[in-house]
Amino acid sequence: MHIVVPIKLAPDLVEDLEIDAGGAALDRTFLRLIINEFDDHAIEQAFLLKERGGGQVTIVAPDLEGADDVLYTAAAKGADRLIKLIGDFSAGVNCHALARTLAKVIGDLHPDLVLTGVQAHDDLDGAVGPLLAEHLGMPYLGYVAGLTVSDGKCMARKEYPGGLVAEMDVALPAVFGIQAAEKPPRYVVTSLITQAMKSATIEEIETGEFDSGGAAAVERMSRLEATTHAEMIEGSTDQVADKLVAVLRERGLLAPRG
Amino acid sequence: MSQDIWVVVETLRGAVMDITYTSLAAGRILADGLGIRLVAVLLGHNAEPLAGTLGTADSVIYVDHASLADFTPEAYRRTISGLAKELAPRAILFGHTSMGMDIACGVSLDLNAPLISSCERVKLEDGRPWYSSPTCGGKIIAEGPIPDPVCVLTIVPGGYKPEAVRLPGPKEVVRMAPSAALEGLRITLKKYIEPQAADVDIAKEPMLVAVGRGIQQADNIALAEALAQALGGVVCGSRPVVDQGWLPVPRLVGKSGVSVKPKCYVALGVSGAPEHVEGISGAELIIAINTDPRAPIFNVAHFGTLLSMFDLLPALTEKIRQAPRP
Repeated sequence: MHIVVPIKLAPDLVEDLEIDAGGAALDRTFLRLIINEFDDHAIEQAFLLKERGGGQVTIVAPDLEGADDVLYTAAAKGADRLIKLIGDFSAGVNCHALARTLAKVIGDLHPDLVLTGVQAHDDLDGAVGPLLAEHLGMPYLGYVAGLTVSDGKCMARKEYPGGLVAEMDVALPAVFGIQAAEKPPRYVVTSLITQAMKSATIEEIETGEFDSGGAAAVERMSRLEATTHAEMIEGSTDQVADKLVAVLRERGLLAPRG
Repeated sequence: MSQDIWVVVETLRGAVMDITYTSLAAGRILADGLGIRLVAVLLGHNAEPLAGTLGTADSVIYVDHASLADFTPEAYRRTISGLAKELAPRAILFGHTSMGMDIACGVSLDLNAPLISSCERVKLEDGRPWYSSPTCGGKIIAEGPIPDPVCVLTIVPGGYKPEAVRLPGPKEVVRMAPSAALEGLRITLKKYIEPQAADVDIAKEPMLVAVGRGIQQADNIALAEALAQALGGVVCGSRPVVDQGWLPVPRLVGKSGVSVKPKCYVALGVSGAPEHVEGISGAELIIAINTDPRAPIFNVAHFGTLLSMFDLLPALTEKIRQAPRP
């Protein structure tokens, strides 16, 4: 069984985000990118499936700052093959372009399963998974939190609101949008990553031109001006705590003791 | 060319989902602004009575087929794309949900229609329809025109209240047969699995302390537990915390978890991503404690502080314990 996990790098939301001079895109000059957190779950789910049923896990990442770290970390966790897509990703590519590019590479890998993060927080034109499935001619099922493979098909647990789960049979090969792996993504110690940097090989594949057609244009972007709603309480720890207690007391929210 | 605005109705086990009404509210603005009709598209099997709350729409198209009894991506997508090729709507609105996001991309490619996702609000600007989508965890707002002649949008909750558009009706129901073949489906529903039994039902708790990614590690949950105990409430959390296994699934608040409506919701290190905020719109009082001044949680909170929860919580918990009761 060959499991391919394409990953996307997304802005680290801990950092301040800026809009570029054009006013319709993020300023990418100092943008710090990290692995899309749902992709981290997709990688973990791939390893869980490999541990249960054997097979090979291939990780595919676009050539952006941080891609090598992501790939070597995956190798340290047990990835069998690492592929880096070489192209000009620096200006940012949308889901449509990334999906088309990935399809060309992943189609040649003949995967049984493709696991993607169900979405990324900076997606504005759908998500990579369902678009990729179209280009590969495979079925797509998203919001998945659990997979079992047997006899050429896959049983997927799809999440609905309120904790309801639908169990669906999916014929393979197929693309899944992973909402959460069955277990939290595993931690790997730095020494193993350092070791992987020495022993693992990253294959590089040229992507050619991007085709970003299919997304609607963004004409303006603005930063959300925070604190427009909340009354912000300032002061020392004691002062803030006192004020919050007063807020609770005024509203009759302090529970009787006992 | 009908050039109507379509809203694809989401149903789950015989009930219309709230996101459908949110989408109808957005669709109504577009239809009124453009002087065209708003049409709800309902798929199902023996499900026509569900059209009874879709009165905001001018018309409901109802497609009945055994393969459409429950949502599966291929059957629903083929049916919607088939209808749209026949009737040529101006825009198709899906929920940005477990159902909508499975098929919106496919439908947009089938129709060669541009796709706009995470749309929260729509408006008419100089006669042109516009979308507005929060992105990057709600920290950035992207806007632009909704392209013609056809466009597919996925709608997130938050922009419009579902209650206001849950109206009896509709004026007409048009029954149609699926125009696409529904055989050879590669995805089939086997069964539903009920939610894990909960020790407490957070939907009914009046006092909730929510922990987000800012809690940093499992050991720190104890700080939230202490505060919750002082308040006579319980601890719940956002997706990253539950995914880490630090809280059980029934304590998850938001899109794939529980929608809560407590008297008081204290959010500790919760950024306020749209998926979380959609679960707390019913909270009467929201207090946010977060060191990031740009955290979107401050846009829904009533009170906020930028102090570190690790500094504030011990003092706050103690003061609540000591506070005189009425």
